[in-house]
Amino acid sequence: MTDTTYILRIENIKKAFGKNEVLKGVSLDVRKGETICFIGPSGTGKSTLLRCINQLTIPDSGKIFLNDEEVTHAGPRINYFRQKIGMVFQNFFLFDHLTAVRNVEIALLKVKKMNPKEAREKAMFELKQVGMADWADHYPAELSGGQAQRVSIARALAMDPDIMLFDEPTSALDPELTREVLEVMKKLALEGMTMLVVTHEMGFACSVANKICFMEHGHIKEQGTPAELLNNPEFERCKAFIGEFREYSQ
Amino acid sequence: MDQITFIFDIMVPAFANGLLITLALVAVTAPIGFLLGVGVACGRVYGGKGLSWLMQLYTIFFRGCPLLLLLFILYFGLPSLGIVLTPFVASVLGFIFCNSAYNSEYVRGSILSVKEGQLIAAKALGMTKNQAILNIVLPQALRRSIPGVSNEFIYLIKYSSLAYMITVIELTGASKLIATKYFAYNETFIAVAIVYLALVTITTFGANALEKKYAIPG
Amino acid sequence: MALSILIDWFPYLFSGIVLTLGLVASALIIGAGVGLPLALGQVYGSLPVRSAIATFVWFFRGLPVLVLLFLFYFGIFPALGLDLPAFYVGAVVLGLWGAAYQSQVFRGAIQSISEGQMIAARSLGMSRFQAIKSIILPQAMRIALPGWSNQYPEILTESSVCYAIGVAELLTRSSQIVSQTYVTMPIYLACAVIFILLSYAGTSCIHMVEKKIAIPGFGPGGS
Repeated sequence: MTDTTYILRIENIKKAFGKNEVLKGVSLDVRKGETICFIGPSGTGKSTLLRCINQLTIPDSGKIFLNDEEVTHAGPRINYFRQKIGMVFQNFFLFDHLTAVRNVEIALLKVKKMNPKEAREKAMFELKQVGMADWADHYPAELSGGQAQRVSIARALAMDPDIMLFDEPTSALDPELTREVLEVMKKLALEGMTMLVVTHEMGFACSVANKICFMEHGHIKEQGTPAELLNNPEFERCKAFIGEFREYSQ
Repeated sequence: MDQITFIFDIMVPAFANGLLITLALVAVTAPIGFLLGVGVACGRVYGGKGLSWLMQLYTIFFRGCPLLLLLFILYFGLPSLGIVLTPFVASVLGFIFCNSAYNSEYVRGSILSVKEGQLIAAKALGMTKNQAILNIVLPQALRRSIPGVSNEFIYLIKYSSLAYMITVIELTGASKLIATKYFAYNETFIAVAIVYLALVTITTFGANALEKKYAIPG
Repeated sequence: MALSILIDWFPYLFSGIVLTLGLVASALIIGAGVGLPLALGQVYGSLPVRSAIATFVWFFRGLPVLVLLFLFYFGIFPALGLDLPAFYVGAVVLGLWGAAYQSQVFRGAIQSISEGQMIAARSLGMSRFQAIKSIILPQAMRIALPGWSNQYPEILTESSVCYAIGVAELLTRSSQIVSQTYVTMPIYLACAVIFILLSYAGTSCIHMVEKKIAIPGFGPGGS
């Protein structure tokens, strides 16, 4: 499924909040169709890295390229890149005043200037993809966490992004609801979507990811395929983390 | 006449007299308006059906009737029924009605926000209903109503200016007389505006301090 | 006798009602039209903009309406060479006075909306302006409505102060009838009842609108 060209290039991204250096020079190349999972202790810059990619957080230095176009320092053109980079948040951030289908179509109408009929069709199609078509006319407050997260995935997909960023998409969910969201994500990965996922779900990371990046103290400390990380003795820190993590979650 | 003479020989003494009357209006109204407000609120919450209804009518009327109209009723209207009030008394009476009606809403809201368990617990200790209300519910409710009541106090400073419309020469009245007499509208009204802003700002600081002091933890 | 006087003079009184409602309507419109930009400026503006708006609010909320009316009618407007009729001065003063209050209601509503709404909107490629217009304001308006609707009875009763600069609104008309007929109490009480009914009717209308635009799980009136 993977392609040889890089769809996304991250070059030496640094970011500090005050004195707190969150990212200390992160570089990573992503091929089309790859799913990359970021794991590691909290506070090590995983979410900040994702937000730097679509410039919701402006990095202090370093560059981001999407299809060889520079995303950093894009000026107003950043709004174009953000359409190409879908993002899903831990707390969904659905628009509370809009029904599920309106949530999905609002950016189609306002940003893509699609006509209402087309936008509605597209929105319904995306809701169907995540199994939420029957809930189209419900407001966010009437949805379970898992349902809300699926709608927010549909909302991002509707923009036809080249790449999807998932920022701890299941951390706010009960185990049962987690499963339904992970199912949707797995399906997306199999269909060839390029995905960057910050997660604590080791099962998902090991079974779906092409590559796992273990982050610590603002660096990507170790990276490799799931098999490499679990079996290769050189990835000590990562294994220790996974071991600790498993102990806690049991 | 130059500006300096105008300010110091005319404006300052007139404003001083006016300010004194304004403060007198506020000082007489505020405590009575507050206590009456608490009474009306208790009547609405704890009174029988008749009393509760009557108190509701009281608040509807005095909140819905413009204060200026209320002053006209008291000052120009009552004499036709044989009751003649001085302008100052009519003003204070009008302010008390208005102030107490608004205060009663704040106090009522905070009485209702005190959990029912408090009253039950007090009764379980052998207090009568009145003792429980007086010793347990009201002390909590009144603290919670401080923001609303102090806000109403600031309103009172401002609407005390309406007394001028029934010939009480308070701060606004004093300024209007000078402004008209010396044909110095901008200077005089800006000056009086500064006095009001100072009064209101100082009171706001005081109210905030009071709120902080009596805030209940949690 | 009082009743027949009331009936005879009703057309006269009615013209006062019309003017009172005109004052209130223009004040509400000016208040919202000025109050909303002020609120946006206070939330999204730079420090000088924010402090200028805070000063405006402090000024208009710190002064009695009577003093504001005197200041603008006798002082500021004539000094600017504007010879405005009393009605317009009343509408503008009540409007700016209301705007100062409404800006605080709108500001609170905008600030109560979680940051995530803006982040999500921006992540979809909306510009800041689009996000404020399509995502933040529709929510903020619904949250602001109950606070905003408190403005109506307040401006209604406050509009009577325009009597002081000779606007022929309801209280002025009533007083004129009193001085013509020497019937005081019935006229004044009728005037009071009309004010209370106007207040009640308007508030009921606003509550109806609130119910109509309520969204489940969202703001007051939601489930």
